[in-house]
This record gives sequence, C-alpha cells and structure tokens, in this order.
Amino acid sequence: MNAPVPGLAASYEVQTVLTVSGRDPRQGFRWGRLVLITVALAFLCAFLVLPLVVVFTQAFAKGLSAYVAAVSDPMAWASIKLTLLVAAIAVPMNVVFGVAAAWAITKFEFRGKSTLITLIDLPFAVSPVIAGLTYILVFGAHGWFGPYLQAHDIRVVFAVPGIVLATIFVTFPFVARELIPVMQALGKDDEETALSLGASGWQTFWLVTLPNIRWGLLYGVLLCNARAMGEFGAVSVVSGHIRGMTNTMPLHVEILYNEYNYAAAFAVASLLALLALLTLAGKSILEWRQPELRDGARLLREKNLQAKS
Amino acid sequence: MASSRAARSPLIPGFGLTLGYTMVYLSLVVLIPLSATFIRSLDLGWGHFWAVVSAPRVVASLRLSFGAALLAAGVNAVFGLVIAWVLVRYTFPAKRLIDAMVDLPFALPTAVAGIALTALYTPNGWLGHLLLPLGIRVAFKPLGVVVALIFIGLPFVVRTLQPVLEELDKDVEQAAATLGASEWQTFTRVILPALWPALLTGFALAFARAVGEYGSVIFIAGNMPMKSEIAPLLIITKLEQYDYAGATAIAVVMLVLSFALMLGINALQSWAFRRNGGR
Repeated sequence: MNAPVPGLAASYEVQTVLTVSGRDPRQGFRWGRLVLITVALAFLCAFLVLPLVVVFTQAFAKGLSAYVAAVSDPMAWASIKLTLLVAAIAVPMNVVFGVAAAWAITKFEFRGKSTLITLIDLPFAVSPVIAGLTYILVFGAHGWFGPYLQAHDIRVVFAVPGIVLATIFVTFPFVARELIPVMQALGKDDEETALSLGASGWQTFWLVTLPNIRWGLLYGVLLCNARAMGEFGAVSVVSGHIRGMTNTMPLHVEILYNEYNYAAAFAVASLLALLALLTLAGKSILEWRQPELRDGARLLREKNLQAKS
Repeated sequence: MASSRAARSPLIPGFGLTLGYTMVYLSLVVLIPLSATFIRSLDLGWGHFWAVVSAPRVVASLRLSFGAALLAAGVNAVFGLVIAWVLVRYTFPAKRLIDAMVDLPFALPTAVAGIALTALYTPNGWLGHLLLPLGIRVAFKPLGVVVALIFIGLPFVVRTLQPVLEELDKDVEQAAATLGASEWQTFTRVILPALWPALLTGFALAFARAVGEYGSVIFIAGNMPMKSEIAPLLIITKLEQYDYAGATAIAVVMLVLSFALMLGINALQSWAFRRNGGR
C-alpha cells in the first residue's frame, strides 16, 4: 500500500531497517504517531475540554460578586437542597437493591440468571424522557393510580416523590452492574468459611462480604450519585417546574438559561461541573487502587455470556 | 422454580430474600411502569396509533433522532478508535489526566453539557466563530444535534476498545512487521479484524444512548419542528398539550426500536465472545 506522503514512505524504509535491527516495530514511525496524537488531542479538546472551560469562564463572566449572588439566590439554594435530598433517597435505595441483586446473582445458581442481568440493564436502553412518561402514565392524574392518589390527596407526579422515582429509574443499574463482577471475582469461599465457623448470615455479610466489596461499592455509588444529581430529562417530565419547590439544580439551570440569565445559569452549572470533576477524581483514585474496577462492565458482559453458553 | 438448583450452595443463606427483593424492586421501579406504556398505547387502537406515528412532524423527529445518533456514533467510532489507540499505544505528557477526562460525558450533567456546547458553537462562540467563515453553522441547526450526541457517546467507544487493545497479542504484529508488512497493512489486516467486535459494540452502545438523549440536545438544537426537533422533545411537547395518547405512541415506537437494538448488541457480543474462543 502506498503511503500518501513522501516523508512517510521514507520513514517507513528507515523503520524497516530499524525493525530488522531489533527495534520494537509497534512504536510506529514518528510522523504517524504525531499525527494520531494530534488528532486525538484536538478532538478531545474540542468536545471535552473546551465545554468544561467554557462553563467556568461564563460563570465568572460578570465577576465574582455576580457569581456569588447567583449561587446564593434562595431559588438556587432550594434547587441545591432538593438535588441533595433526591440523591440522598435514590442512591441508598439503589445501593440496597444493587447489593441484594449481586448477592442473589453471584452466590447462587438459578434459571433465568442471564435474563435477570439483561433486565437490570434495561433502564440504560430507555430514553430518560420515556422513563418520566411511564411514571406519568402510572401515577399521573389520568394514570392507573391517578384517581386513587387524588382521592387520598397524595401527590406523586409534579412533586418530590415523582422526581425521586424518576431518578431511581435512570440510576437503577449503576450499583448492581459494578458489584456483580466484583463479587463474582471474589467467589464465595470467604463467606462459606465464616458460616462454617458459626457466623450468622448477617454477621457474614457485614463483617466479611461488605469489607471485601467496599471499593467496588463506592465506585458504583460514585457513578450512581453523579447521574442522580445531574439527571435532567426524566426529572424534567415529572417535576412540573415549580420554582423553589420541584426544581432540581439541572432544571434551575434550564430556567435561568431560558430567561437569558446566562451568567447565573452557568454559575449554578459550574457547581454541577465541579461535582463531575470530583466524581472523575474519585473514580481515578478508586481505579488506581483496584485496576479491575475499570473493566467491571466488560467482565459482567462476559460473565453473562458464559452463563448463556 | 429456582430453589431446587439453589441447593448447590446450601451453606450461604439469603437466596429467597435477595432474589425476592430484586424481583419486587425491579418490577415496581422498571417493569410495571414500562409495561404501562405498552398497555396504554393499546387504548389507542391501531388506526389512531398509526395516524399519530406517521404524522410528518413525528416521522421527521424520529428520523432526526435516529439519523443524528447514527452519524454521531459513526464519528465516535472513528475518533474513539484513534483516541483509544493513542491512549493505549503511545506515551505523552498528561496522558493519565487525559485518560480520566474521557469519562467526563458520564459525569457531567447533560443540561450543563448542553448549555456549554451551545456557548461554544454559537456564531460568536469560541468554536462557532472559527466555523462561520467556512459556512458551517452548528448551533440551532441539525448539525448541533450531532455535536451534542458525539459528546454523549464518545466514552462508550473508547472504554469498549481500550481493554481489547491492551490485550491484543503484540507478537502477531511484530511477526507481520518482520515479514515486511507496512504499518498500515499491519493495522488493516491484523489489528482491525481483532477490534471489529469491540468497535461494533462501542458503536452500538453510543448509538443506543444517543437515540434517547434529551438534556444535552435541546439547548443546542434550536428545536424547529420538522427540522431540528428530536423525538424525546416531541414526547414532552405532546405531554404539555395533555396529548397522552400521542406521547405514548411515540414512546412505544422508540422503545421497540431501542429494545431491538439492545437485543442486537447482545447477539453481537455473544458472536464476538464465541469468535474469541470464549475467552
């Protein structure tokens, strides 16, 4: 195959000589490597770095005092508190589910296991907007339980419970799918030893299993929390957008932005961007401690395929 | 059904409790609400359902959602491969930092990504004013939808490819090189065939995520009906007009297509798994 650039052809010949003389050929010729690194970095810069930088520049575009004013605005505070509240309910719910699901899937053999793993992943294949819609169809005024809820004066949709439910839906698989490969890799020897020495089931879980899976669990919690605090589409459908009542931080950003209050919108957005950076930092630290966490999702898929075959 | 086979590990307790809780929670949170969407769409009757789904505005929005997602996943497959390759094979300054940054779209709330990309690509934005002389307009055009979906899908391709690239047997490449194959020949004949399954999986995952994406798109798209209005936005518009039947019909079409895609990904993975000899 002809190299399109003369310089590349020349360096290819040099490379052949070097290869014969024992140099590692996969280091590649210098030009090709330089071009590929430049392309990769330029792409990452345009699509990842610049958006992040623009958030912080725009947030401080009108000075520090405008930033402080936007962030300490009562409506902004209400949205921050609601976001924290929603995550504080949704994340623990999915942690309990994730631990239970991983326990059932990794400690026991049963029929339909691979179907169960696929169903746990289902929320990832559903548009967040549709996730919100499903709860409207169940709990909304015209929904299945609508008349019953209205008769008992319980508000789910266009209120905090609906926001929590929608958030639980979109973050549903995170903890389970991180824990399953971790617990699969650990096996069940430790638990069987503890049980045969007379420990109860709960003691075994708290004193043996939980310490073993703590990093994997933390990893799942981190990803789950980032998505829970940042969810927009699903929450937008069920929130009703009542200021100071049912607006989470991402929804507050949208309102400010649509009012052309860009500096304030980016100021609140910068807090969420900070959360994202902290999440990435925490994720990197955990991956450095436990490199296998990184490939968790892939290992899960392979386990699933092994179960099928 | 399962209890007889669970007896294989009689010592470990909690099978009934954990599997029971898993099934109840899964049903309450995911399965029952999702089935509500399908059951409610039956109320429409086939004629009404078809009338909603085949309306030009709905067809245009579905075409945009799926078309832009396909295009964005294609761009991500190409550049994601380059990025994964560079991160696995080469060393350069700040590589670990850049590697960690690849996950940003997983961690950054989509609404924040949406307003940031819009600020970048408006005609007076940092990138928008560079593209304007070339006659390229991104923000408030269908191209803006593609840009947002590229952002959302990138980590899926890179993170699927990276472990496969790391495990690639380098002896084969060295053999190809010593037998006189050029770098490009080694890449297309030796490396690429081994990467195909992972590349396709990453492409499909990026596509699946992009099809339903809402938050990052609506700010940059301009949301012109028939031109730059995505299907999830049309669902919300119909909901706001209390047209629950219409919203449900569009949702069902999207769900069926997404589930078909998910089954496709699963089939793809078991094919790749078998091809690699069940590694």
